Amino acid sequence: MKRTLSLFLASALLISLLAGCAAKPQTTTTAPGTDAPAAEVTPSTINAETGRRETNEIVVGISQDLDNSLDPHTVVAAGTKELMFNVFEGLVKPTSDGDLVPAVAESYTLSDDLTTYVFKLREGVKFHNGKTVTMEDAVYSLSRCRDEGYVPALAGVEIAGEGDELTITLPAPNNEFLAYLTCAIIPADYADQATAPVGTGPFKFASRHAQQDVVLERFDDYWGDKAYLDRVTYRIYENPEALVMALKGGAVDLYSHLSVSTISQLGAEFTILEGTMNLVQAVYLNHAYGPLSDVRVRQALCYAFDRQELFDLTAGGRGWPLGSSMYPAFKKYFREDLSTLYPHNVERAKALLAEAGYPNGFDLTIKVPSNYSPHVDAGQVAAEQFRAIGINVTVEPVEWTTWVEDVYKGRNFEATVCGFDASTMTARALLERFTTGNSKNFIGYSSAEYDAAFADAQNAKSDDVQTRAYLEMEGILAKDAANVYIQDLVDFVALRKGLTGYHFYPIYVMDMSTVRYE
Amino acid sequence: MKKHSHFLIAGLVLSALVFAFIILGWFWTPFDPMKMNGAVRESAPSLEHLMGTDKFGRDILSRVMKGSGFTLFVALGTVLIGTVAGTVIGALTGYFGGWLDEALMRIGDALSAFPSFLMALVLVSVFGAGRNHLLLALGIVFIPSYARIVRTEFARARNQNYVKSAKLMGASTARILFIHILPNIWPVLLSAITIGFNNAVLAEAAMSYLGIGVSPDEASLGYMLSDSQSYLAVTPWYALGSGLVIILLILGVGLIGEGLKRRDL
Repeated sequence: MKRTLSLFLASALLISLLAGCAAKPQTTTTAPGTDAPAAEVTPSTINAETGRRETNEIVVGISQDLDNSLDPHTVVAAGTKELMFNVFEGLVKPTSDGDLVPAVAESYTLSDDLTTYVFKLREGVKFHNGKTVTMEDAVYSLSRCRDEGYVPALAGVEIAGEGDELTITLPAPNNEFLAYLTCAIIPADYADQATAPVGTGPFKFASRHAQQDVVLERFDDYWGDKAYLDRVTYRIYENPEALVMALKGGAVDLYSHLSVSTISQLGAEFTILEGTMNLVQAVYLNHAYGPLSDVRVRQALCYAFDRQELFDLTAGGRGWPLGSSMYPAFKKYFREDLSTLYPHNVERAKALLAEAGYPNGFDLTIKVPSNYSPHVDAGQVAAEQFRAIGINVTVEPVEWTTWVEDVYKGRNFEATVCGFDASTMTARALLERFTTGNSKNFIGYSSAEYDAAFADAQNAKSDDVQTRAYLEMEGILAKDAANVYIQDLVDFVALRKGLTGYHFYPIYVMDMSTVRYE
Repeated sequence: MKKHSHFLIAGLVLSALVFAFIILGWFWTPFDPMKMNGAVRESAPSLEHLMGTDKFGRDILSRVMKGSGFTLFVALGTVLIGTVAGTVIGALTGYFGGWLDEALMRIGDALSAFPSFLMALVLVSVFGAGRNHLLLALGIVFIPSYARIVRTEFARARNQNYVKSAKLMGASTARILFIHILPNIWPVLLSAITIGFNNAVLAEAAMSYLGIGVSPDEASLGYMLSDSQSYLAVTPWYALGSGLVIILLILGVGLIGEGLKRRDL
């Protein structure tokens, strides 16, 4: 009896310990220019008749907290960039169509030798702290990114400002250079970017409670089309079940990155939009692992893999098939033909394995990041399909931090399922990784042909030539079966009925400025 | 004695049924527990799939049968490691006392000062994941509690007359420890084993629930529970199958333990 009691006490203690860890620290950061903490604004309730909030605002659910520092030049997490897209702008900014349009700059010209950009700053653009953007701010922002190495592509670039003309001189022509000028323009004389960021975007930062929420408010002095909503509250739900409850209960109005199983639980009070995640999901193969160094073995895996079965099993038949490291949102670069290069064919796969000297298969461990269920699921299905051609597959879930350190940085893996996105709107962001010796080339792929095509792309004088070189690179990756390419995941966005204006972007951002009540 | 034997009988019957179910799962399952089938995803319990199917269309009954085998293996292994090592340590320290007793018991105290879960987590992250490592980690965590129980019993037996007589007759120490004393403390040890077994089942389920130490294709009861969590509202039978087996397994062995304890009173 005593033992049972002590066991009970011990477990009670453990539970209270765990509960203690989960308690949220109440750190508050406030908007610039206010001494007192920002007033606790709680979003208004939802009117039962109209199905919308009493005030012109929405609550957006996000799945993880932001970076500790919100300084736009140093943030690393994709989730932070996704949100702060509403607060910061560069000289140019991306559109949902995949174009770049002038933002803080009004226009630009490019010299005939393709090395000198002259930007004309837009007049009267205001920072959120009320000051006007000056040439000094623009030069400071770009120089900071260059000197601190935040934007490697700016290395060796000359930046000079005179009057309202900003001249950027490149050491060599670079067709994709403009994409890097989306880096944020921030005030030169402002020290609190990390805690109370100030930019020029359609929303201004209002407050943040660590691990709880982030509040943005409309910036009324915005130079362009002003945002529709007065306020957007981002609330953090790390647990998917809690998020579904919050959506159903009316605490959250909008959430992106939902899975098929979750949307089936949402009722008619939500509009479901379907887009893509803009990720290249694949079974990434370590070419340093004995059997996988043979191209025939890798091709065998590609033939053994049945994409449609994966879609049917995990996503209700939906998914965007990929055959190389490029996703369809990059319309110009995407090659649809590559996804049918290796049709599902078990006999062919077995023959290739035998030809490569593995008639009885080999051992293969697929490491999957345990917190990303689409990758864990894909890993399990792929494992089952690889087993069908005689490969002895083990699926090993690893924690995300272990994955980053051990698998990605340490390259200690045989195969892994994960997804890569593009940090800028360039094909280079997805393809440069696989050049020989690149520090991000964690699969250890090496092809002289591929490297040559990459060099061609970089030296190309025209966009056409460059695009052709990138398309060729995609073909080489597919032909060599560098990885078992799977899909760009279907991304579901749930929007409370009555809300409209949500747009998908080809990069990982969520634009709130166009979202409005009908 | 007769009065309380219904606990024992109920426990034995229930355990026999559950164990038979698990052992059957080692040799035969209605479906291949790994076989995915897109045509019957998340289907409700039916005559063909008695417990329904999961998100990949795998038969839950087959997975529960295989998975409880895994859980049983880990639980039995854990109890075996804990009992054998715990008995040896407890016997030596309890019988001899002295500095060895002090040293080993303080190490035991230090081990139990950590929540057992945290300890197992640390061990798994040091040794690496996997079934055998999980078993070893849980086994080590269980040693101190057995050692403590056995030690107390041996310390009490040390001064009893039957031990003194055995000593006078010139019996070797090993003989005294394991032939004379051990059978006498057997009932106490047995009820400790039944409680320990139940704790081990729960510990395995909890560890797998947290996603530590098992591969998702090796269905373990805890992993299945955790996997079913996201589907609780849509496909509740997913969680029921694995939950039910854990409950029955523990109830059966728990009843046996209770029956044994009452009989000896």
